[in-house]
Parts: sequence; C-alpha cells; structure tokens
Amino acid sequence: MSLYRTELRRLGKRRFTRWAALLGLLVLLAVVVGGFFTNEKLDAAALAKAERAAEQQWQQDVRNSEQFRAECEKAKNGGTAERGQFPEDCAVIAPPPREAIEAEWFLPSTFNFRENFGFTLLPLAAILALVGFIVGASFVGAEWNTGGMMNLLLWRPKRLTVLLTKLAALLTGLLAVALPATALWFGSFWLVATLRGTTEKMTSGAWQSFALTGLRGLVLALVTATIGFALASLGRHTAMALGGAIAVMVVGQFGLGILLEMAGARFAEAWLLPTYALAFMQKKVTLENWDACQATYFGECKPETLDITWQQSSVLLAVGLTVILGAALWAMRRRDIS
Amino acid sequence: MPAVLEIEGLRKTYKSRRRGARNALDGFDMRVEAGQVHGFLGPNGSGKTTTLRTLLGLIRPDGGRMQILGHEVPEALPTVARQVGAIVESPQFFPHFSARDTLSLLAGAGEVPAIRIDEVLELVGLRDRAGERVKTYSLGMKQRLAVASALLKSPKLLILDEPANGLDPGGIREMRTLMRTLAESGMTVVLSSHILGEIQLICDSVTIISLGRRVAYGPVEEVLAQHSSGSVRVRLEAVADLAAAADALTRAGARVTPHPDHLMLAGVDKPAMVTRLLAEQGLYVSELAPVAVDLESVFLDLTATAPVPGQNRQVDQSTKVGGAGQPGATTGGWGA
Repeated sequence: MSLYRTELRRLGKRRFTRWAALLGLLVLLAVVVGGFFTNEKLDAAALAKAERAAEQQWQQDVRNSEQFRAECEKAKNGGTAERGQFPEDCAVIAPPPREAIEAEWFLPSTFNFRENFGFTLLPLAAILALVGFIVGASFVGAEWNTGGMMNLLLWRPKRLTVLLTKLAALLTGLLAVALPATALWFGSFWLVATLRGTTEKMTSGAWQSFALTGLRGLVLALVTATIGFALASLGRHTAMALGGAIAVMVVGQFGLGILLEMAGARFAEAWLLPTYALAFMQKKVTLENWDACQATYFGECKPETLDITWQQSSVLLAVGLTVILGAALWAMRRRDIS
Repeated sequence: MPAVLEIEGLRKTYKSRRRGARNALDGFDMRVEAGQVHGFLGPNGSGKTTTLRTLLGLIRPDGGRMQILGHEVPEALPTVARQVGAIVESPQFFPHFSARDTLSLLAGAGEVPAIRIDEVLELVGLRDRAGERVKTYSLGMKQRLAVASALLKSPKLLILDEPANGLDPGGIREMRTLMRTLAESGMTVVLSSHILGEIQLICDSVTIISLGRRVAYGPVEEVLAQHSSGSVRVRLEAVADLAAAADALTRAGARVTPHPDHLMLAGVDKPAMVTRLLAEQGLYVSELAPVAVDLESVFLDLTATAPVPGQNRQVDQSTKVGGAGQPGATTGGWGA
C-alpha cells in the first residue's frame, strides 16, 4: 500500500503529468467555449428572422427563374440558343414552390442536447485517451530512462508487483482527472444547451445512453493509457511508445489505407483502428461498399454494408491490451536490468 | 566472523548472435565478513558491476550460489532488501525532482520514517541544497545523494559502486571517514572502486576480480604480503661502482635490475646481507631502502593491466585465473 501511495505521489509530482493534464483540460475547455459561442438559443425573433430569410430567398428564386425563362424564350425566338443551354420547352422553367424553401435552413446553429451531446463525447474520449497514452508512456519510460526503476527495484525487488503498482497508480491518477472532467463535460454542455439551445426531450433512456457512452470513453482512455505504459515499459523508454504509436498510425493506418484502396479491397476501413475506436464509442459503424449494387424491390441500387459493432471493438481492444501488457510483464520478469 | 555476503561459483554468460557467448562471470567467488569495509576491485569489464547487479536481483545468474545475511538470493531478496543499501554504477535520479523529493519517494516506497531523510541529508552534506532540483547538481553532489539513498534504510550491508566518483578531495576524505564510521557502528560496507589508494586506506579486506574470476582475496595486508617481492633499492656513493656492485650481488644470488643511478634487487631476504657483501668488495652503500608494495602495483600485476609503452590495451585484455602464467587457479567454495 505504501508503494501504491508513493507511486501516486510520484505521478502527481511529475511536471509532464501536470502539463499534459492541464493541456488536455484546456483543449476540452476550448471545445466547450467554442460550442457556447457558435450556438444560439432559438426564440420567436430568430424564427421570424428565419421566415423572412426564407421568403426573401424564395422571391429571389422566383426572380431568377423568370429572368432565365425570358432569356430562354428570347434565344428560342431569335434562333440563337446554343445546344444544351436551355430546355426544349421554356415553360418548364419555373420557380420552386414556396414550401420547398424551409425557414429551418436559415436558423442559426443551436445546441440540442439530446441530438448533439453524443457527438461531443468523441473528442472528450479522444483527448482523455491521448493524455492517458502519453502520460502512461512517460511515467514508466522516464523511470527506466533515468534509472529510477532500478533504484526502486533495489528497495522493492518484486518486479511484477512494482510494475503493476505503478500501472495501478497511473490508472487511478487518470481516473482522478478523467471522472471529474467527464462530469464537468456533461455539466458544461448542459449549460451550453440551456443558454444556447435546448434540453428538451431528455428522457431517462437518453441519459442512460449518454452515461454509457461516457463510460466507454473512460474505458478507452484507461486502455490506451495501459497500452502506452506497457509499450514504454517493453522498450524501457518513452520513445518506444510514442514511436510505436506514430509507426502504427503512419505505416499501419495511412499506408495500409492507401494500399487497400489501391488494391480495391472491400470495406478498407474495416482494417483501420480508428474505425474500431469509433464503433466502440458510437456502438456501431456501418461501412458501405459503393462498388457493389444490391437492388431493392423498387429497383433502387443500395450499397453493400458491413456493421462494426462495439462488441467486436471490445474484443479487439481486449486482445490488443492482453498481448501488449502480457509482453511487458513477461519482459519485466525475465529481462536483465542493466 | 560470520559472513554477511557469500558468493560461490557465480556464472553469467551473455549470448549474442553476432559475437557469440561471453562469460561475464566465470565461477566467481567472494566472501565478506560482518563489520568489515571490503574492497571489490577489478579492471573495466572484469565483472564487478555484473556481480553487484546479480547479487541485487537485477540480473539473472546462469549458475552459482549467493547469500546475503544468511539468506539465499535472489529468492530471499524481498526479505533482505530492507537490510541492504546499494548504489550501482553512476547515480541516476529523476532530474526535475529535488534531493528531498527523491529521498522522500524512496522512503515512502520502503516504509522508512521521514525523519531519516534529514539524517542522511545531514550525513552526506546535502542539507542546505536538498530543495534544489537534481539536474542542477554536480556529479559529486549526485554521488552524495546516491550514498544518502543507500543509507536511508539504515542497512546492515552497504554496497557502493564507485562512491568517490566525481567527489572533490575534501569529499573523498569525508567519504572515507563516513565508511569507517559506518563500519565501526557495525555496518558492513562493500566498496567497488578504481581509486586503489583509497581502498588501501579504507578497507579491511579486498577481492580482486579479472575476467569474471577471483584472482586475489583476503585482508589487505595479507594480499600485499603475498605479492610483495622483497625488492630493495640500492644506491652507492659512486655511481661508477654500480656495475661492479651488480656483478657481486648477482654472483651472490640476488636478482638485480640496473638503473642509471641505482640498482633494484629482488629476492633479498635480509637487506643487511647487501651492505656486508658490498663492503667486503670495497663498495659503499649510500641508500638501502626496502620498496613497499602498494595495492595499485599488486592490482596491476594480478590483472596484467599495467600500461605498456607503445601498446593500447583493450578492455578484455587482463589476467584470467588458471590461464597462462597463472598456475594457481582458485578452487572457490564458501569462505575459501
């Protein structure tokens, strides 16, 4: 227990931990502030203004179509119409019906909590995961690099206990930041919706869905922090984790993506990790293959689809986590420390 | 005296696909008795640090037995670690933490009372600089911090790898005094160092390692005596008489090495014989001085690492026990 408390202290004392956490929280704050200033509350005046804008737009369309028809008729009568410039019959040129121009199009952006909040949980999870990854990698990587791990093992010769206690302290520290940050995120956007949008139609089911998405975001952050920690421990340097992540992104994702595209592979995105992260957060991602036509009863051509579910993503995350953490533990137990 | 540290037949082989196998430790033996300051000497790459790392559980041995305070290690390390303070190689600490933070975190991990931090800071002379970041410290100050970290748990066995590295002359003398004080208080100290003059001054006993094997061990005086050649330096009133003196002494059975202004004699049991013999020849001695052997010359002799003009010695060029010119291979064994 003393080792666990000491590692928590060590984590908190590290400048990099503090700066990374602060930077992550500032980015989140910027998203909230941006959301606040780019949305407006819809009142009667805003609706009336939108109605007026829609009316003006329709009248402009009427003027444009009348002018175009006049030009058409003049060209037809004068025999100067170029082929394809006008329709065969100028009478078909008509303005859109009034109801086709909807006032909704001219409404300012507003934050509908029920419809929009779910999407904001994606950047929250991404930033928490990023902070978790680099702090996790740095926490153990710097220990290896500076000889701190060796010093610690001279005091506590149980290697696996030391490594797992460090990991436990890291995850506790991450939760200590991520949980309040997530709670504040919910609260901030509720405030944004209250002041700059609407909180209507929030049922218990909607709340439950958001809570579960938030929970999956926390799990994703914890998993990426553990992977960063394990990679840095495996390579005994922070750069191992950061370099590994960059290599996976550049080679494994962009490179693989281009290769699959060139090879004309079906559902190329199914091979890319971000797809699974997105599916984990959104519960499902549907990939579409536009090269295949699946005819409907009405003769319509629909693309072939593939669903990636959050359960499939969970399996992938669990396997990846087990393999990388297992390798780090094995190396910790077996490899000499020199 | 009971042994605090015993090593028998320790082996460690590093395998490389390109370079093949290299025996870092090749049946190494060591014994350190309680309350002693024990010097652990060897050329670069001889296996000193590998021995210490293996002893402390950082490296897995390929064979042999080790005991610390009567417990088999590495199995019993979790039990005895609380009683062993150690620094291995260059001290390395997190650069952005202060000395106090560094010691506080170690004390926390080892359940050592916080009051001990101030005690060790005072002991190593870092009291007034304890709040500064380690990255601002000189090598000598980092060395002091490393010693402080090793002393933090009031160990029964203190293992220090090059503790005087980077220390100023005053610091070296303080370290020497500290080692003696600790030994007098009942602590056993194992010192690995290349400053052989210091080792000779501080240590009660030594172990010398070369290419992974022990080449000498025992109390410092015994090791020196075993390797004393009984050399005597002779000067005459007239330098021109040196040749005649060398001839007379050689005929009497002494091994003579002539120098421009003196003679060096080896294998002389009684220096008085020299004065008598030369006086009988009408040659008069102006100086007759037994040459005392020091640890450095014994070390260089035993490990065959003395510099040779015009040659660049490579790291692994040193003596192996049982090799050419070393017929007396050690047999090892507990307390051998």
